[in-house]
Amino acid sequence: MNLLYYQGSIELGIIYAIMALGVFISFRSLNMPDLTVDGSFVLGAAVSAILYTKGHPFLGMPLALVAGCLAGCITALIHTKLKIQPLLSGILTMLALYSVNLRVMGNKPNIPLINKPTVFSIVNDFFVSGFSDLVLSFIILIIVVFVLFLFLKTKLGFVIRATGDNEHMVKALGVNTDFTKTLGLAIANGLVALSGALIAQYQSYSDIGMGVGMVIIGLASVIIGEVLFGARSLFRRLTAVILGAILYRLVIAIALDLGMPPTDLKLISAFIVAVALAMPAVKEYILSFRKRMSSSAGGKGGEA
Amino acid sequence: MLIIDNLSKTFGKGTINENLAIDNLSLFLEEGEFVTIIGGNGAGKSTLLNCISGVYEVDKGRIMLDDIDVTFKPEYKRSKFIGRVFQDPLRGTAHDMTIEENLSIAYDKGKPKGLKPGIGKKYHKLFRERLSLLELGLEDRMKQKVGLLSGGQRQALTLLMSTIVKPKVLLLDEHTAALDPSIAKKVLELTNEIVKEYNLCTIMITHNMKAALEHGTRTIMMLDGRIVLDLKGKERKDMTVERLVEQFGNKNGLYNDRMILG
Repeated sequence: MNLLYYQGSIELGIIYAIMALGVFISFRSLNMPDLTVDGSFVLGAAVSAILYTKGHPFLGMPLALVAGCLAGCITALIHTKLKIQPLLSGILTMLALYSVNLRVMGNKPNIPLINKPTVFSIVNDFFVSGFSDLVLSFIILIIVVFVLFLFLKTKLGFVIRATGDNEHMVKALGVNTDFTKTLGLAIANGLVALSGALIAQYQSYSDIGMGVGMVIIGLASVIIGEVLFGARSLFRRLTAVILGAILYRLVIAIALDLGMPPTDLKLISAFIVAVALAMPAVKEYILSFRKRMSSSAGGKGGEA
Repeated sequence: MLIIDNLSKTFGKGTINENLAIDNLSLFLEEGEFVTIIGGNGAGKSTLLNCISGVYEVDKGRIMLDDIDVTFKPEYKRSKFIGRVFQDPLRGTAHDMTIEENLSIAYDKGKPKGLKPGIGKKYHKLFRERLSLLELGLEDRMKQKVGLLSGGQRQALTLLMSTIVKPKVLLLDEHTAALDPSIAKKVLELTNEIVKEYNLCTIMITHNMKAALEHGTRTIMMLDGRIVLDLKGKERKDMTVERLVEQFGNKNGLYNDRMILG
């Protein structure tokens, strides 16, 4: 057991939680399976990395956010204006982003972020302590959650949440759902890209393949959070997503610590999500199996 | 005031499934008029309502609300003038949001959606007042999610939401059909009260002939996308379900148990 090792996982979990919040908005609030995430995460990392090489580690954050928003807008426009299913729209944007990301990174599949100060190393220089990464990522996460929470409680936030809940109603109440979907997907992918931008600086590299399976990791965080911490109020739900993201990282860290080869990571991720998604169905099987057992036992009793 | 002028709507034009749902239909509704529509399956009742609310684009004709031509306005734009309650109680409310959040979205209908707090300071008292009219005890459950309510409660809430900002026309598409008889009666009474209070121009589709004649001020029967009977005033008062069935039942396919007994 290495405490530092687990601290790193928590830091990663906190940064990935920002991405999970984005996934939460598209999958839960808008009820749209948005696969743009795999691409917009790398887009954020690429923007952050390229600005880093130009000597602007901080500027990379807001610009990555904006780039992610644009990616989300494109998926939303493909879906709302060209009437292509949301799943397919996301895949199309994700595919296109692969080339875009390569271009952003100057046609290099990966960029190492060394020699120059990153956001994390700059902060560490100010507050020399083993916890500076943890504190910085935590502060950023708190700001994001706070702003997101307030936003979802505004009139605009209300109609975005209602769009995923019941689109008919939102239209009947005079709201353009094309607009709410676009705004929602923009925010979702903006958060994902911001998370990617932070990860690139945290890990000191940006890689074209780092977004593969990001949707699943985000979804895993959302589901783990919901199962373990409930989904009653909005505040509770957002907190659950964050805790889910951190927990997911810890589970992976423990698995690695127990000797799982790192190359099996995606396999394990897919497995965790499949199990989490299958929970309700499994519960039903068990319930119906028990009923059948008890009724057949009762029937035998009657015969005797 | 609602004017429908020579409206036509065909589904699947040019295919073998071509179906003329609305056939040159004209209808004029005055302020405060409450029309009930009856007709067999496929008569075009729901299509008419969907054309008025903009779910379907019409092929021909015009739709005017007061002095505004809404024929080609998108659904969400004309929704500002139209209140709607659907047959399915789940369609009118957002289940994962609280009662007050739902009401708040309805109350902000037609207003710009900015970054102000979703529930304004003055909303609370107003919502409480309106909810207490339902006599369902919902005024004490405003922070609860709508998903926890029964179908009848949700339908009553939808009715309240669709009229909390006075619409130019209220469209009710068999809004009590999915409810049990006692709550259906309650929702119908509530409909009457609200329509009277605001003097609303209302169109209600129903499969229940008795209800069609009892409620409202005018009854229309539709067949094959046309209006075949338009009852008002004394003529309507003298009409009974039996005579309606006698005169129109057999040939119009109206003759099914649900419509007479329902």
